[in-house]
Amino acid sequence: MTEKLVVIGAGMASGRMLEHLFEAEPGRFAVTLFGAEPRGNYNRIMLSPVLGGEKRYEDIVTHDADWYAAHGVHCRFGQTVTKIDRQAKTVFAGGVETPYDRLVIATGSAPFILPIPGKDLPGVRAFRDLDDVEAMVAVAQKPDAKAVVIGGGLLGLEAAAALRGRGMDVVVLHLSGHLMERQLDAAAGYLLRRELERRGIKIHCKAQTKAILGNGRVEAVALDDGTVYPADLVVMAAGIRPETRLATDAGIEINRGIVVDDSMQTSDPDILALGECVEHNKAVYGLVAPLYDMAKVAAKTLTGTEATFKPVQTATQLKVTGVSLYSAGDFAEADDREEIVLRDAASGVYKRVVIKDNRVLGAVLYGDTADGSWFFDLLKRGTDITQMRETLIYGQSFSVGAPADPIAAVAALPAEAEICGCNGVCKGTITGAITGKGLTSLDDVRAHTKASASCGSCTGLVEKLLMATLGDSYNPAAIQPMCPCTELGHDEVRRLIVAKELKSIPAAMQELGWKTSCGCAKCRPALNFYMVATWPGEAEDDSQSRFINERVHANIQKDGTYSVVPRMFGGLTTANELRAIADVADKYEVKTVKVTGGQRIDLLGIKKEDLPAVWADLNKAGMMSGAAYAKGLRTVKTCVGSDWCRFGTQDSTGFGVRIEKFMWGSWTPAKLKLAVSGCPRNCAEATCKDIGVVCIDSGYEIHFGGAAGLDIKGTEVLCHAKTEDEAMEIIAALTQLYREQGRYLERIYKWAKRVGADSIKANVVADLAKRRLLFERFVYSQTFAQVDPWEERVNGKDAHEFAAMADFQMMMAAE
Amino acid sequence: MNDWIDIGDLNDVPRRGARCIKTPLGKIAVFRTAEDQVFAIDDQCPHKGGPLSQGIVHGAQVTCPLHNWVFSLETGVAQGADDGAVRTYPLRLHNSRILIDADSFAAATAA
Repeated sequence: MTEKLVVIGAGMASGRMLEHLFEAEPGRFAVTLFGAEPRGNYNRIMLSPVLGGEKRYEDIVTHDADWYAAHGVHCRFGQTVTKIDRQAKTVFAGGVETPYDRLVIATGSAPFILPIPGKDLPGVRAFRDLDDVEAMVAVAQKPDAKAVVIGGGLLGLEAAAALRGRGMDVVVLHLSGHLMERQLDAAAGYLLRRELERRGIKIHCKAQTKAILGNGRVEAVALDDGTVYPADLVVMAAGIRPETRLATDAGIEINRGIVVDDSMQTSDPDILALGECVEHNKAVYGLVAPLYDMAKVAAKTLTGTEATFKPVQTATQLKVTGVSLYSAGDFAEADDREEIVLRDAASGVYKRVVIKDNRVLGAVLYGDTADGSWFFDLLKRGTDITQMRETLIYGQSFSVGAPADPIAAVAALPAEAEICGCNGVCKGTITGAITGKGLTSLDDVRAHTKASASCGSCTGLVEKLLMATLGDSYNPAAIQPMCPCTELGHDEVRRLIVAKELKSIPAAMQELGWKTSCGCAKCRPALNFYMVATWPGEAEDDSQSRFINERVHANIQKDGTYSVVPRMFGGLTTANELRAIADVADKYEVKTVKVTGGQRIDLLGIKKEDLPAVWADLNKAGMMSGAAYAKGLRTVKTCVGSDWCRFGTQDSTGFGVRIEKFMWGSWTPAKLKLAVSGCPRNCAEATCKDIGVVCIDSGYEIHFGGAAGLDIKGTEVLCHAKTEDEAMEIIAALTQLYREQGRYLERIYKWAKRVGADSIKANVVADLAKRRLLFERFVYSQTFAQVDPWEERVNGKDAHEFAAMADFQMMMAAE
Repeated sequence: MNDWIDIGDLNDVPRRGARCIKTPLGKIAVFRTAEDQVFAIDDQCPHKGGPLSQGIVHGAQVTCPLHNWVFSLETGVAQGADDGAVRTYPLRLHNSRILIDADSFAAATAA
């Protein structure tokens, strides 16, 4: 007697299960197949190419009417099952009862719809089935149609690329800091973003969608930050959830998904479940490979054969034409793991392999994914890679049976292999020049072949070629690298950030071939400064790459408390300010109040959580951050000058205040302290400052490069200025030159020693046009820099910095 | 069987950053890496007591803000030439909630 098998859901998993079932025991089951969509099984993965117009629906149908007929499947497509009666062993759909002996639930998943105003407006679609695709295509056909895709994961990006391919203006909103954060690290996310932007897709990361706007139909999407994107179509691709409602109502055990055992059986022995709706061993699945494995197991369980579902590692590939992207396994960082990173900036290739105990644990490939399956194979097999460790990252062809040595790998490159992408120099040209012209150094090669003379990112390869060609006689000139994450020195990094217009830390790390994925505590603050200083208003200040003092705008002390120094322009204060400072000292039980060397008042021992309240009180009295923690403008110290002093030649106090009002907020390579003295008696000690002004009868003597710390050094005279305005322009131009040339943490006197006072004078004093340009760049940068960080935080910015996430002190004490 | 205590949401902690939870015996620092791994360690550097939660997070490591000791978030062991270790606490992510192992937490807080 045939058994009655009812299957709810005509998706990819159930289709595959039926194939296995009919193959194993044809005729054993009379199958009734319900599908909520008015059509049979098709390859849902291929909806992206259908949306993009590269395929038609007919191309992706997996089971047609003939197939169902041949296997006697009773199709109930377009009918939604509304109830399962487990006692009576029947299901209800459209008021009709259908009895079963065995039931398979394959309801798949439901798109996660953001619970925001406007989510139900016409024009808001998920990207789940053919109806969604058809609705999207209909909108795309209107001229100048605009789409907003919410979610920059696999599904959202495929939708975005396809819609863009149909000519729509597309914006992708993504909550996280980089695209596809579950599959990609920041570097690969950056490359992907760059490629999609090149295609004209706008990417908005860290986007909090607030509402979908429209009158009767979608018109725009509004974000928390105030941005509004016009939209004729909104695609919700913010994730999926197992569709478990039917099973929940039927009283079957549910967690995140329908709970199944290794044989795909639910808590009811007559009911199986498979696909995206199930949860196996606390995991839910969304990629097709494990779903097909489930289908195999479910078919065996139905026919009484023992079978066990074993989840395997899965690899992800993005189906966007022309984008090669591959990720597999676990590529999170941990101590006992090593990573090998290969970046080829010229061709936009990024490869990262994560290794633990000499075995591949995960891989991310962008640009060149040819070795993806090989890495995946090594991963699945747990192959010991000790023998090929050095060359692993170059891929299978270099690593298997090839010499295990990076120099040998470079030596093995064919003569026509391009080494320098900027100047189109191939390997043969370089090695030919080395031997033919007797070259012995990198500079020689640059001079003769131009290789590595532009962006420098192939320097490592050229050096390896020198080593391979010259052997031990090659002795590379030592450039002190910024840190162990790179072989480039500070100057090269800065030069390349400008030349290649790198505007984010992930961009710099990728384009400059960083050896780690996330940098370290040395390079990240340096890169962040270079970004902020090079691209004012464009590069985002990455607070997590700043040292704690600059992140919370106060100075950390040895006991973890902070010190707070309000700004007093030129060292001037008032009775009101002093009163407010005294009140703060009382209110927050400040242990130490101290006058600093820069003519400020320091409140020491303030608890971190009190900082915003302290600032609020100081703000109220008209004071702002004194930036006493900043690698930036600290103080301009003054004497009382011609206002009061019988020797004063100029208004040194007034000029000091003016300089400080003009320059506060600017970030510099290291701290920057100034002083203005009203006469050569120099009471403001201007001649040991980073920049000093000594007023004289005929004007202003401008000094620079003093030191009074670890080193003691008097300043050097830069030049003489006749007016305050002229002096102001020179000081700002000098500061800007230092901002553009100084290495991170290099004080001005060290910078001056390195580049030479003559070169500084040439730029700032002799060449008036250059001085003017430097001044203008400084002024422009200041338009973004002069924001009081205390006020921002009093108003709620970075609130997470100042409060504990949870407090268990009371709870524990009560127990 | 382990009990787990909910201490907050993954999104409460900035990527490459940390937050603290207060206990009667001091703070525990909860870290989130660039890749959304979470770790918990005592918020006190064994060198001079620096608050590790305030350090720069790179990979699965943190650099102490006071004297630049580097610790593994996973094992709590100081890296490089420095010798020392901080206590670690097992964490688990369930959906986006961060859970801490109740036993180790209780052991750390039992005064």
